Amino acid sequence: MSFHDGLAFAWGALRGHRLRTTLTVVGIAVGIGAVVALTALGEGARRYVVQEFAALGSNLLIVLPGKVETSGAAPFGGVLRDLTLEDFQAVERVTGVKMAAPLASGAETVRFGDLSRSVPVLGTTGEFAPLRRLHVAQGSFLPAREPHVGGFEIVLGFKVAKELFGSESPLGKTVRVGPYRFRVIGVLAPRGRGLGFDFDELALIPVRTAMRIFNRTSLFRILVECHDHRDMDTVRKRVEEVLFRRHRAQDVTVVSQDAVLEAFSSILRTLTWALSGIAAVSLLVAGIGIMNVMLVAVTERRREIGLLKAVGVTQGQVLVVFLMEALILAGLGGVLGLGLGTGSVWVFKGFYPNFPASPPSWAFAAALSVALGVGALFGLWPAARAARVDPVLALAGGGR
Amino acid sequence: MIRLENVTRVYRLGDAEVQALAGVSLTIAEGSFTALMGPSGSGKSTLLHILGLLDRPTDGRYFLQGQDVGDLPDAQRTLLRRHTIGFVFQFFHLLPRLSARGNVELPMLFAGVPSEERKERAMAALAAVGLTHRASHRPDQLSGGERQRVALARAVVMRPKLLLADEPTGNLDRVSAGEIMELITGLNRQGLTVVLVTHDPAIAAYAERVLRMADGQIVGEGKL
Repeated sequence: MSFHDGLAFAWGALRGHRLRTTLTVVGIAVGIGAVVALTALGEGARRYVVQEFAALGSNLLIVLPGKVETSGAAPFGGVLRDLTLEDFQAVERVTGVKMAAPLASGAETVRFGDLSRSVPVLGTTGEFAPLRRLHVAQGSFLPAREPHVGGFEIVLGFKVAKELFGSESPLGKTVRVGPYRFRVIGVLAPRGRGLGFDFDELALIPVRTAMRIFNRTSLFRILVECHDHRDMDTVRKRVEEVLFRRHRAQDVTVVSQDAVLEAFSSILRTLTWALSGIAAVSLLVAGIGIMNVMLVAVTERRREIGLLKAVGVTQGQVLVVFLMEALILAGLGGVLGLGLGTGSVWVFKGFYPNFPASPPSWAFAAALSVALGVGALFGLWPAARAARVDPVLALAGGGR
Repeated sequence: MIRLENVTRVYRLGDAEVQALAGVSLTIAEGSFTALMGPSGSGKSTLLHILGLLDRPTDGRYFLQGQDVGDLPDAQRTLLRRHTIGFVFQFFHLLPRLSARGNVELPMLFAGVPSEERKERAMAALAAVGLTHRASHRPDQLSGGERQRVALARAVVMRPKLLLADEPTGNLDRVSAGEIMELITGLNRQGLTVVLVTHDPAIAAYAERVLRMADGQIVGEGKL
């Protein structure tokens, strides 16, 4: 028996039960489609996060007050020292650091005339713009200047400027942040939502001023960009060392962008796997569907199997033919499921064009091999039963 | 062609043992035409199944063309069925989804005969039973007699040495039965060894030798 002849024979048998065949195929297709779609969404989420991080620059270290790995007795023994502007200046001077920017944060209402808007207000220095790859649409960014010197200049996010000033140019105008007056010196170019901050909806002021008006003694973060990606670890250790000497305690945490990215990425990858796992349950159900249909087929076609054996069809050939039927069901389901999954991702992308959801390239090969694997797994037992049918019993008795 | 030595076949039905064949010894010459007759339960179908290698004797020996086939592994018995033995059944056992030609091609399909040759040989076999014009009809579009002729074409398309027929006319009217028996007799004249099970004396009359069975044994020989 050639492969092609066997396939044609199996296909002929399936065509005899169109409805049953179609429903079984649909069962597999739904399972495969769910796996493909959910994998695509999970993978899309991961890619989205990675993209966002990459936009921030990859040589980034983030210094935050407090220790992430708390020891058991931390709440009593650990006195947290503030992360000060002096600390920032010390970090800036560490070998291998290209530039650094301090960050103090608060939320305040920004007013112009009758219009007001409550936005996050970040205190920082001129280095923040190159560090976070921010561009200025009008005017200029915060001036590069001694961080201790305050000042009442303000740079507005794109949306804030638009909502407060409309089409008017905000440059040189005075806005009030709480009770304080600031002069608008620049508007950021539209950037959209980044991780943590929506850069279109914030206001930036000098760090010293921010600490004073928000009554903060500690910085929120220090962002550090290194010269060379390969030195990241060394620089991180040096920064830790400098701050350890200044604070006489390990009370800051320095994380690299890569580490954060890796953490997010692995969380999302786990999520993807979990989603696929849930979808795989439906695949399992579909597999049992195949087994059921094949068992029914074997029972229904006992006489046929008996006849095949009488005309000299070997047990192996009977097994192969029935296995082929299961594989055809699964294979068709796999192809249809790929279409279904890709189609639903496509529809999803119609609603959320920015979300980079697409099935990972391995999903296509994987979906088909999983489908065929399910077919083989759940088809084997019925096929083996078919192969073992006793021809004498099968041919006995009346019938067509 | 066939030699049986004291063949028995015992079935287990729960705790009871049923002796379907109680020691059958038999020789069938090549090219002969033998009919097995007897009431139901006499063991004639069991004997036919053993001759056709579909069933194994519980005891005794079976020589087919001089080869002891009683203890052959299943795979070799299957190959012997494929190439040496053809079957015709009372209920035809055609696959309803295949055309007449498809049914005749079936043994060749699994024997690995190439598609073109399959088609030619199937059409020749159908022509031999006078069904060329019905080749593309499915079994449910054929009369009982036509179905059995298709089955007969299928039985001989692998050019077997032995044709085993189990009540081949049991489901047919007289006319169709006569046609089938003429075809079988014709094949026998061309050298095919035929063993036929029937309980109809008129059908047994086509055979040159009639064996009577009762209670799992051969109890008599000769025409009525």
